[in-house]
Amino acid sequence: MIWAVAAALWVSLASGVYLCLSRDVFRVALGLAVVGAGVNLALLASGRLGSVQPAVVPKGQPFLELASNPLPQALVLTAIVIGFALVCFSLALVLGLIRDAGTDDALELRAAEPVPGNDIKPPATDPAHEPEWPPEGRA
Amino acid sequence: MSALATAPAIVPLAAAALVTAVRSRPRLQQALAMAASVALLGCALALLAQVAAGETVVVAFGGWPSPMAIEFVVDRTAAALVLITALMGVAAVLFLASDADVGDRHPLLLPLLFGVLAGAGGAFVTGDLFNLYVWFEVMLICALGLLAIGARVDQLDASFKYLALNLLGTLLLLFAVAAVYGVTGHLNFTALAGAAPAVAPGLWLAVLTLLMVAFLVKAGAFPVYAWLPASYHTLPAPVLALIAGLLTKVGIYALLRTLGDVFSPAPAVLYEVLGWVAAATMLFGVLGAAYHWDMRRILAFHIISQVGYILLGIALASVAGYAATLFYTLHHIVVKANLFLIAAIIWRLTGSYDLRRIGGLYVTRPWMTLLLLIPALSLVGIPPLSGFWAKLLLLQEAIGQGRVVWTVVALVVSVLTLYSMMKIWMEAFWKRHPDAEWQPPADTQLAPAWAVTVGLAGVTVWISLYPQALLVYVQAAAATLGGR
Repeated sequence: MIWAVAAALWVSLASGVYLCLSRDVFRVALGLAVVGAGVNLALLASGRLGSVQPAVVPKGQPFLELASNPLPQALVLTAIVIGFALVCFSLALVLGLIRDAGTDDALELRAAEPVPGNDIKPPATDPAHEPEWPPEGRA
Repeated sequence: MSALATAPAIVPLAAAALVTAVRSRPRLQQALAMAASVALLGCALALLAQVAAGETVVVAFGGWPSPMAIEFVVDRTAAALVLITALMGVAAVLFLASDADVGDRHPLLLPLLFGVLAGAGGAFVTGDLFNLYVWFEVMLICALGLLAIGARVDQLDASFKYLALNLLGTLLLLFAVAAVYGVTGHLNFTALAGAAPAVAPGLWLAVLTLLMVAFLVKAGAFPVYAWLPASYHTLPAPVLALIAGLLTKVGIYALLRTLGDVFSPAPAVLYEVLGWVAAATMLFGVLGAAYHWDMRRILAFHIISQVGYILLGIALASVAGYAATLFYTLHHIVVKANLFLIAAIIWRLTGSYDLRRIGGLYVTRPWMTLLLLIPALSLVGIPPLSGFWAKLLLLQEAIGQGRVVWTVVALVVSVLTLYSMMKIWMEAFWKRHPDAEWQPPADTQLAPAWAVTVGLAGVTVWISLYPQALLVYVQAAAATLGGR
């Protein structure tokens, strides 16, 4: 069982990292989700796997010898929920970014860090990417 | 009263809920936010008073016995950082009442701001490794919200880069937490400290390396700092000051807490590697800053450079080193936030963050020169300002341990820091404004901004003139680290 989980962990980490290295921003977001799934597997595996004994301590025994540790199962639930929220956020962000920037190529996303036009001086920032000055009067 | 230990997380969370409820009424929201951040400051002061008397405030949730319960543990280190977090909260909320680059007032800005404060406060006080991970996630999601909330295309671009690199860091952290739990069976810091020596050395080195890399991503250390200069400069000024002051410091605190306290002594090779990483962080950060002409980008690269100094104290792995780290962190948060806020005032008065497009402030606002020079020269480390004492403590210990290369790098980087601070001073203040007709606008609403920046400069001056009080405190704090 642990080897099956290890193989699944390896496959999901490898494929996730492969996707993350893509220039396509949507694939990067998906890759992060896959890496997250792999890490959740690792967290689950940290509390022993494979036992079919329920996590209920019989009367007269101080602890269970063979059962899986229930704590990582609780932890992994927390991690899944947090990861799910972040995946939702990242998908919404990536869709908005592709719509507004008009490209899904990470190398062409230079709105925040414009490419220098000359070897020595940094580029001047595009006024469209700056806060509006003078600021409008606020109610 | 041990329930006070939950205040650094509970008060901002309650405040976030409260200001969300009144989000359709901006004035009320601002007033409530101010009240809540002052309340947080009060709680932090009360905590500080308790721990300064030598008591460690502990609260265990659910009434479980240690090490089963999730604990919040406030010792001197945590209390000082909580106080500075609360101070930054007050500064950011008050600054939002001005009109110096505060962005469009989105109704969810303040709730997210309090989310960041809750994440930082929770991370500082928690005594549980998994709980630490959760607070990092709270901070990450709230910081992402603050980045994306303006919805300009450069902000979305910055959010994406911040998300991709930080999420990878967080996943590394979660992996490391799983590995630590797998090999020790504990998450509670005190229990981990007891269980660590029993682990096989090779395995333990691998686990701690994973943990260290995860925290280095969060701290913005070389070579994994790319997320920081890619994103910070797109934020509105008060949010930027808060995030720039706090977020990387939480990563540093987590490193100090693990390598310097819970898992101390960690394998020596980790401290050695950390020292070289620190030296490279200082150098590459300051070189980035020397290149740029946008004030926000200059200052963002200086965060990285200063993170290098702070990490060096942890790498020295001694009580004096940890004391220097703590002193440096406290001084640095105030100074760095203040510089970003002053840059925002310069933006309001002159019309740009780009040093090539502005100037003339020395003639029109002579007193502002002094206001800039206090934090700017303190960042450099000119005596007698607070940065000088921080660097003195750090480099004394580095030389004492025979770390000549690290010391030389730190000194050279100080000179380069002086170069970019002087660049800001000469370009924004000394030279004439490129537009000969330029006059500072009269219809500004800067009173809250002046109050915040002068107040923070006052804190810097206080640390500069009476370093002894803070020094005694951080030495007492550092002496208790590693003593579990």
